[in-house]
Formats: sequence, C-alpha cells, structure tokens
Amino acid sequence: MYGSLEEIVRIAQEDGKPLWEVVLEEDCKESALSREDSLARMGAMWQAMKDSDAEYDPELRSASGMVGTDAAKLAARKEAGQLLSGGFVSSVSVRALKIAESNACMKRIVASPTAGSCGVVPACLITAQEKLGLSDQKMVEALYVSAGIGGVIAIRASLSGAEGGCQAEIGSASAMAAGALAYLQGGSPDEVCHAAALALKGLLGLVCDPVAGLVEVPCVKRNVIGSVNAVTSADMAMAGIRSKIPADQVFDAMRSIGRTMPSDLRETGKGGLAATPAGVQMASCCGSCMA
Amino acid sequence: MNIFDIVGPVMVGPSSSHTAGAVRIGRVSRKLLGSSVAAARIGLHGSFRDTGKGHGTDRALVAGLMGMAVDAPDIPRSLDIAAARGMEVSFEGVDLGDQVHPNSVRLNLTGQDGRELEVVAASVGAGRIMITELDGLEAGFSGLTPTLIVHNVDQPGHVAEVTSMLQHKSVNIATMQLHRSGRGGNAVMVIECDQEVPPQAVQWLEHLEGITKVTYYSLLEPAECVDGEAE
Repeated sequence: MYGSLEEIVRIAQEDGKPLWEVVLEEDCKESALSREDSLARMGAMWQAMKDSDAEYDPELRSASGMVGTDAAKLAARKEAGQLLSGGFVSSVSVRALKIAESNACMKRIVASPTAGSCGVVPACLITAQEKLGLSDQKMVEALYVSAGIGGVIAIRASLSGAEGGCQAEIGSASAMAAGALAYLQGGSPDEVCHAAALALKGLLGLVCDPVAGLVEVPCVKRNVIGSVNAVTSADMAMAGIRSKIPADQVFDAMRSIGRTMPSDLRETGKGGLAATPAGVQMASCCGSCMA
Repeated sequence: MNIFDIVGPVMVGPSSSHTAGAVRIGRVSRKLLGSSVAAARIGLHGSFRDTGKGHGTDRALVAGLMGMAVDAPDIPRSLDIAAARGMEVSFEGVDLGDQVHPNSVRLNLTGQDGRELEVVAASVGAGRIMITELDGLEAGFSGLTPTLIVHNVDQPGHVAEVTSMLQHKSVNIATMQLHRSGRGGNAVMVIECDQEVPPQAVQWLEHLEGITKVTYYSLLEPAECVDGEAE
C-alpha cells in the first residue's frame, strides 16, 4: 500500500491511469493476486455491502438491548415525506443506521475500514449508485479509491478506535466515502483528495467512548454523521472548494491527536459518554440482562 | 496488511477483535486438536470476560470450534447448534495474569477421538490472532502459515532431527521458537513454515524417542468444512 495520497496522485498522473487502477496494481504486486482475482474479490465486497443494506431486519435488537429498530423509525418518517433533509441525505442516513444496527445485531457486514464504522461507505455508495445510475463495475472502482485512502490512513495514522479514537474509525470511513463520492461524480484525483481531507477535518478529535464497551452507543448513530459528512465534503470538493491542509497532512494531524488522547477515550468504555450517569446505568443494566 | 483488510473482511458483527477474531481462534484451535470438538471448557479473560457477552464472543468461539468461517450467518445461533450436536460447552471468567493481552481466552478441548488440548490465544486487533500457549507451554504463532509444534524432552538433538526432516522435505522455515519449562524438562519447538509439511513426515516425528507430542496446523485441511456437513 502507498504511504501518501500525493504519491498515488503523482503515479496516476505520470502513468495516465485512474486512481483506482494505481491502487489495484500496487495491491496485486504486493499480495501476488491476479488482476482478475482482485477485481472479483472487490466485486464480492460490493455485493456483500448491498446485501448488508437489503437484509436489515427491523425487528432485531442487539444482545444488550441498547440498539436496534431505529433505522425503521427514520425510514418511516422519510416515507411520510417529513424529514427536513433532502432525498439523497435522508437515504444515506437510513442506510447508515440500517447497516450499523445490523452489525450490532450480529448480522453479516463488510468491515470498511472497521466493523464499528461499517455503515458509512456502503450508505454513501449504494445511494450514489441509485441516484447517478452507475454500473457495478464503476462502484467497484470507487471501492478501490476508498481502499487507497484507507490504506494511506492506516500507514500514516491508524484505523483503530483503541489506538486513535473514533476519528480513526468513523473519521477514516468518512474520508474513504467522500473520496469515492468525488470519484463517482467524475472528480479529478485532486478533487478526490480534497473531499477526503475535508471529510476527515470535520471529524478530527472525535473520541471513542462506547457505553459498556460495546459497539453500540454512540457508534451506531455516529455512522450517520460520518456518512452525511462524507456527502457534504464531496459536494464542497466538487464545487471547487479546496482543503487548505493537504490530505496527507490531515492524516498526520489525526495521528498526533490520537497519540495525545487519554486512554479513557480510546475504546476502554471509561470516559466520555460511557462515564455519564445514563451510560453507567445502561452498562450495569445490560450487564445484568445479559448475565 | 492489504487493501482487503481496509475494505473487508465480510464478517458477522459486531466487532472485528471480539467477534471475527474469536471465530478465528476457535477455527485454528479445532485444527490444532485435529478432530471435531466433543467438549470445550472456555475461560474468558480481560475484555473478553467483561464485554464478551455483548460482543457475541462466546458464540463466535463456539462457531469457530465447529469450523464456521467469520462470515457464517449461523454464528449467532452457534450455542444452540452445538447443543443439538451434543457438543459440551461451558464458560467461566478467568484471570490469566497481567502479561497476557486483554482479549485472551483459554480453551480446554476434548476431541471426538479423546485427544485433549489446552490452547491460550489472543485476538490482537482487526481480526488478527495469536496462539500464545499450547498445553501450558509458551507458543506464539498467527495461524497464517503452516505451523509445526513439537513437544519433546529437553535433551540434545531434537531440533536437528526436526529441521533436517524439514530440509529433506524441502520445507523452508519462516520463523522458529524454542521454549522449555526448565533444563531437562518439557520443551517445545514452534516452527512456522513457508510450505506444507507432508502428513507422513509429521507422523514419523511422533515415533521418535524423546518426542512427546506433535501438533501440526495446516492451511490445506478442509478448513472450510463445518462439523456435520463435510465430515
């Protein structure tokens, strides 16, 4: 994997290749995978993402009882035409909730980059395919763009809440989705990078403070803000708005912020929302429900 | 790490470390046992003990012990499936000490053939795992390569016997660790290999004097098969 988006963009420009192809070729070289096998594997990821959206079960609740059924509530208000957000953003929100709730309820999802942030990339991409009428092949290309962005973040910073806080999970997922959305609208490599940079900048500093240490509260609903933030970031980038800080430097900032984050706010379930009276009470309650 | 660790894997939620990693620990342990699991006593440590129930760690481990993959839709029902198959499963909270990873588990397994095995393993992040102890002796392997584990009496010559066999079979050693309980006591070799070790070579080792137990972890075995289906 590449260590900077700058390098991926440079190679794409020098070789006259699209971004996704540069990411694909590098991975084939590293993992000794044929181009066909890699494309088939990414195609399977795309199919699994669509399945994770389609197979949402509005009746399910998680083992702790803390999450489940919320996506159905939002979908109902959307169907009634009562949501303030427009068609695209409201579809993205419903999908992000569906997939993240499904994860908490032990359904099959695609970790992208993590299980806790699994709703962001598919919510944005499935809704974009619907609106823009794109082929599955194009969507698979967008997933390589996402993977390229996530790979650079993994190398320069982290994709783990335990290491870097929620910014490393939902923030990274949002950057991956924003870059892919820019690509799907015909964005240049530069516009893809600005979309990713703008998305992550909006979520820098986000802490990982899960109630009872479970991937539920607030993780499920943070998938919504991660995906909506990706949409608005891609919109800004496609409108010609530039991130004043280049993407690679935003990733570096995320790493240094993660390093200074106290461990109570890095997935230990000890600080932030987990330490609120309501959080503590839910933790003791769900502990006894599950015992 | 490759791009399919970034977009992927396809897995049953909610947590790559507490769910997907736990399935992998179960799968690898079952292969190390070398047969279907008849009984499992499962000791959960640290974060596995404290948050395992809510993450489905218990169900994930048992699913893995039955040979299920990380994306098997039956993972949430694995305890019922195990009960229906007559597999004896029990859980307890354990304290394995300060030195072990917070996401650790101790498995005491009995196979259909009566063979017993104790495994201590950790889920070290993003679904990756580490087998840290086998039958009370230190180990340390990931389950990503074929691995040969030889228990022997601590006396001269056993390492040479094993490595010359591997040379004879054109198997290259990727990593090798040696541990012992004390001078002249029980010793263990953990050898991660670039190629598979032929089954007859593994059997040959078992008959050598001073070698007490040979365990082989192969990537080739019918890893995908689930108890009761392919067997």
